[in-house]
Amino acid sequence: MVTAPANPSETSHYITDAYYTDLVKVFADWDDSAQLSHDTVVQQRAQAMLYQEARYLDQGKFKEWLDLFAPECAYWIPGSWERGDPRREITFAFHDRRQLEDRVYRLETGYAWSQHPASRTNRLVSNIEVFQTNRSDVFMIRSNFNMTEFLNGELRPWVGYAVHRVQQTGEGTFKILAKQVNLINCDQNIRNPSVTL
Amino acid sequence: MSDGNLAPGRDGRRFDFEALIHEEKVHRSLYTDPDIFALELTRVFGATWVYLAHESQIPKPFDFFQTKLGLRPIIVTRDGKNEIHALYNRCTHRGATVCRQAKGSTRSFRCPYHGWTYSISGELAGVPWREGYARDHKEEGQFNLAQVPRVESYRGFIFGTLNLEAAPLIEHLAGVRKPIDDWLDRHPGGKVAVCEANRMKFKGNWKLAYDNSADGYHVIFSHRSLLMMENRFSPDDEKGMSFYKQHPDDGPIRVHYYGNGHHFKDKRPTLANHPGAMWQIEGKHPGMEGYEAELREKYGDDADFYLDLAAGIPMNINVFPNLLILGNHIQVLEPLSYTETATTWYGTAVVDEENELNGAVDAINALRMRTQEQFPLFGEVDDLTNFEEIQVGLGAEEDPWVYMDRGLGLPDRFTEKDGVITGPATDEVFMREYMKHYKKLMMANPTLSISRGGSD
Repeated sequence: MVTAPANPSETSHYITDAYYTDLVKVFADWDDSAQLSHDTVVQQRAQAMLYQEARYLDQGKFKEWLDLFAPECAYWIPGSWERGDPRREITFAFHDRRQLEDRVYRLETGYAWSQHPASRTNRLVSNIEVFQTNRSDVFMIRSNFNMTEFLNGELRPWVGYAVHRVQQTGEGTFKILAKQVNLINCDQNIRNPSVTL
Repeated sequence: MSDGNLAPGRDGRRFDFEALIHEEKVHRSLYTDPDIFALELTRVFGATWVYLAHESQIPKPFDFFQTKLGLRPIIVTRDGKNEIHALYNRCTHRGATVCRQAKGSTRSFRCPYHGWTYSISGELAGVPWREGYARDHKEEGQFNLAQVPRVESYRGFIFGTLNLEAAPLIEHLAGVRKPIDDWLDRHPGGKVAVCEANRMKFKGNWKLAYDNSADGYHVIFSHRSLLMMENRFSPDDEKGMSFYKQHPDDGPIRVHYYGNGHHFKDKRPTLANHPGAMWQIEGKHPGMEGYEAELREKYGDDADFYLDLAAGIPMNINVFPNLLILGNHIQVLEPLSYTETATTWYGTAVVDEENELNGAVDAINALRMRTQEQFPLFGEVDDLTNFEEIQVGLGAEEDPWVYMDRGLGLPDRFTEKDGVITGPATDEVFMREYMKHYKKLMMANPTLSISRGGSD
């Protein structure tokens, strides 16, 4: 039987054991200084993408934000500082394409009380470093973030580093294959963790 | 009432819990008064059995795990003889904590301040430069770490109390053991292992979470966004908690109250009666289709049984005051102050030591991690916001009552059999009953004690 290719917005065929295995592998030992890219075009492209992503999230433009991701993608916030294997432990968040869209859908229902009114956020992104991988079109981008959230009359910080695994497209931009967000307090009890990182 | 029935607060304050807790309503001060919270730290979190940890968090001899009994810092340890202790994390010398790691394995705890050293079971093992003391502290049991004098487990769940007069744990749990047994027995070996957690807290009193724990009334309102999200691909609305949408009190869901504050909301009767029925009502989670296809190809009809192990079982089992087992989670409430509470949603994994699952356990757990993450992320956050907003609302002193009278006074609404009260899905009977138990605890004044281990 010939079937149409699965649409990752509707089904989750691509998150398999092999996918997890590869994900855990490519997010280990990628930050070897010898692999730093000194290509200024690549560096500028990485910076532009991160700034754009931060802006979309701060502006609540979630659909535009989702478009920065490849159709088959992963969004991973480990719940332990050692990161662990998401197949064997609970994460702070682990989304595939469909669940990223679920997240945005829920926020837009008007009934997500934890984001009603929606948090205002302001993100600073810095210390951007681009690492080459064993695939010439794929890079790992490490960046520090410091986001301030205004929620319920108070300001509070969300701090850590992000790792974006990106693939270069024909149009000279990057698509996010996987984003890992490492909160420095990922293993602590956090009030209302409903904001998007 | 005689003054002897009034519970003490600071500056000579006395609390009349008969006046604060009525059958249909309770007074705001239960949630807003720091003196009542201070009293709870002994009369509830001390005088009755309190959940401390799960045995899978200290699987091997010399493992330890940090927790709290109320606000008391506790290290739950497993000694070399496999005995479990709940040690006070407080150096007997000057009071510093002796353990500063959340969990791990060690032969001894050495206080970082002056180097006093204790064994994994709490005995004082060494005092630096002891010739500077006129006494030998090691000869005197009183310098061992304090420990919770009664620590008992029920099928992996470790509880402790400071009340030597408390009934044995197994009697205290009474009827709630049955749903706990059912919850465990669907797994190979009748057990699970804790595997990290979704960790949250909220600015509100801990009882707001316990009030909510078997509340079937809030579901379609508080979780409206989650229900819409879960059903965005299914026009028939059959996913997740959608069985609450149509007159849930006429349906088969029941809430059971067992005494001692424990209750259980049983949503299993909503399930179709065939393997795979739990999996069928799961929302959409990462990896579902890929893993399901692989399991079906490899295991044929057995796959339905395996997929059900990856799905959350529709049970809410609430063990007063701080253990809430729901779906596959072990949720633990930790009071931080009268107006702040931590809620940790420990995930559980399937353990298959005898390979009863024919090698499917890793796939089951890969799915099960994702099915467990959805509710904390997209459901609990909305409840916690509502709890916080209750705490705000209760700032209104002149409007002091919180009502829990849903179902009260209606004929033929409840049954009572063998001491178990049963009511329909959205009833507040479990709140009324647990508040009666709470009132009894708050008006009693048992002696609390610690042990120093060894022959104590």
